[in-house]
Amino acid sequence: MKSEIRNPMSEAANDARATDLSVQIGSLRMQNPVTVASGTFGYGVEYAELLDLNQLGAVVVKGIRLTPVRGNPTPRTVEVASGLINAIGLQGPGVDGFIQKYWPFLKGLKVPTIINIWGTTVEEYAEVARRFDGLGGVGALELNVSCPNIKEGGAQFGTDARLLSQVVAACRKATRLPLITKMSPNVVSIAPYAKAAEDAGSDALAVTNSYPAMAIDIETRRPKLANVTGGLTGPCIKPIAIKLVWEAAKAVKIPIIGMGGIQNAADALEFIMAGATAVAVGTANFYEPQTALHVIEGIRDFMQRKDIRDVREIVGSVQLPK
Amino acid sequence: MVEQTVNIVSNERATDLYFRLVVRAPQIAPLVQPGQFAHVRILPLRDALLRRPFSIFQVEGDTFAILYKSVGKGTEVLSRMRPGEELNAIGPLGHGFTVPQPGGETPLLVAGGYGMAAMHLLAQRSPQTGIVFVGGRRRVDILCEEEFRALGWEVRATTEDGSHGEKGLVTQPLIAELKRTTAGRKLFACGPTPMLKAVGRLAEEFNVPAELSMDEHMCCGVGVCLTCVIPVKAGDAWEYQRTCTEGPVFDSREVVWEVTR
Repeated sequence: MKSEIRNPMSEAANDARATDLSVQIGSLRMQNPVTVASGTFGYGVEYAELLDLNQLGAVVVKGIRLTPVRGNPTPRTVEVASGLINAIGLQGPGVDGFIQKYWPFLKGLKVPTIINIWGTTVEEYAEVARRFDGLGGVGALELNVSCPNIKEGGAQFGTDARLLSQVVAACRKATRLPLITKMSPNVVSIAPYAKAAEDAGSDALAVTNSYPAMAIDIETRRPKLANVTGGLTGPCIKPIAIKLVWEAAKAVKIPIIGMGGIQNAADALEFIMAGATAVAVGTANFYEPQTALHVIEGIRDFMQRKDIRDVREIVGSVQLPK
Repeated sequence: MVEQTVNIVSNERATDLYFRLVVRAPQIAPLVQPGQFAHVRILPLRDALLRRPFSIFQVEGDTFAILYKSVGKGTEVLSRMRPGEELNAIGPLGHGFTVPQPGGETPLLVAGGYGMAAMHLLAQRSPQTGIVFVGGRRRVDILCEEEFRALGWEVRATTEDGSHGEKGLVTQPLIAELKRTTAGRKLFACGPTPMLKAVGRLAEEFNVPAELSMDEHMCCGVGVCLTCVIPVKAGDAWEYQRTCTEGPVFDSREVVWEVTR
């Protein structure tokens, strides 16, 4: 009766094969739906000693504009209850600096790199998109139209539907790479903005960026950030972000990458059930660098426990009251 | 750089103000260089999410020790943790002090209060002994003099209220010593920013090399978040560099104290 002896090892292997975590973001295929939020993962290389980057769905790098950016004065971040407010100011090496310093490492990875780009004019966004289109090997571009911490560019494009359309359309003309538009949460209703990005040619949406916020030192009566205000992230924003993903998912047909305070697989699954095709781990990278890997493992465990073969079956599966 | 769960071996009050925490960290301890730090997640903190950076004070076998003052939510919770409990640490992190070569320069260490903790390993690993200048507001701010003396180092303490050692600032006996001679000497400093700035100025004035361990609020500790940046010379201009990665120890000639934006 040898054939009836169950081998737990091969059973596990069978299950792993049977569980399909792969997702599609435009023409970009990811081996699993878990990536990282721009600005919380540097340029990937910084975390290479602490986790196997090749297990991620994709690596998303910090926002790049055409020229180097010095960023804001310090203090740049402040810890608050279950969250973090930051006002880094998109410090970065510019397109050339990025290509020289970080691209050789990133292009050697087995998983795709998504490059977050920004500019202060529509033309600059398009120029940066064109530069990365010509680079070869880039997985996708994420258009940052929602950073609250810079005077020009960033959120001004994400909170004006006409400008948002122009940025997305200009980048669409500049590249065939998949475009992911990173939406601002700072709008009355996300639906018209989501629709504007979709109509202008965006392949996906990233929902959402940080929420405008402020903290004050009561002893000195001074703001805790040199920039006075910043963007709030971390677990404290998760329920608000889930609602935004749910609303955006109802408004568009393109896939959504959900993010905002994800710490574990349960958090990620909430986003997926709300309508996200993929998710990104953000602030948690700062305190638990292996979070994204635990999230992948946890999603797989959940699927096996619920006998779900394809992660796409969970997308948008929230059951609403009749 | 390694992330690992570390076990508390001991966590006791070392002075009226400071606690000494020893953790078993077999992967981190052997890698530690003087001036480096560990980034510690205090698991019972719950809604305070971030890790706390601590200079590594001593290394012994598979353990390392830190000295800390209960100043906020994180260190207050830490001070109530007991042997056997777990923390999570990433370390060793940062670019530390350059240990003098045998027969090389004589180290003069300058420490402000808690800065003493970051310099003990340097004193221990330096092939030649030197002088450590330590300053604080009051007697209770002066730490681990005996540990340095036990290594054969001369300790010169100053307090602002005169309750211990010479009355005044730590730079006073340092200036006297530099006036005596500067030949073959090198400064290493760790402490509050105004003290570091004063040491940097003296290094320039007396034309002695100096390494400063810079103090800036930190977040991720591994170079991704860009919270802990300080202005550093870059050609004719300056750029922000990360205290957690390019630092915390910088050559004093590189540090830019006043910037025009």
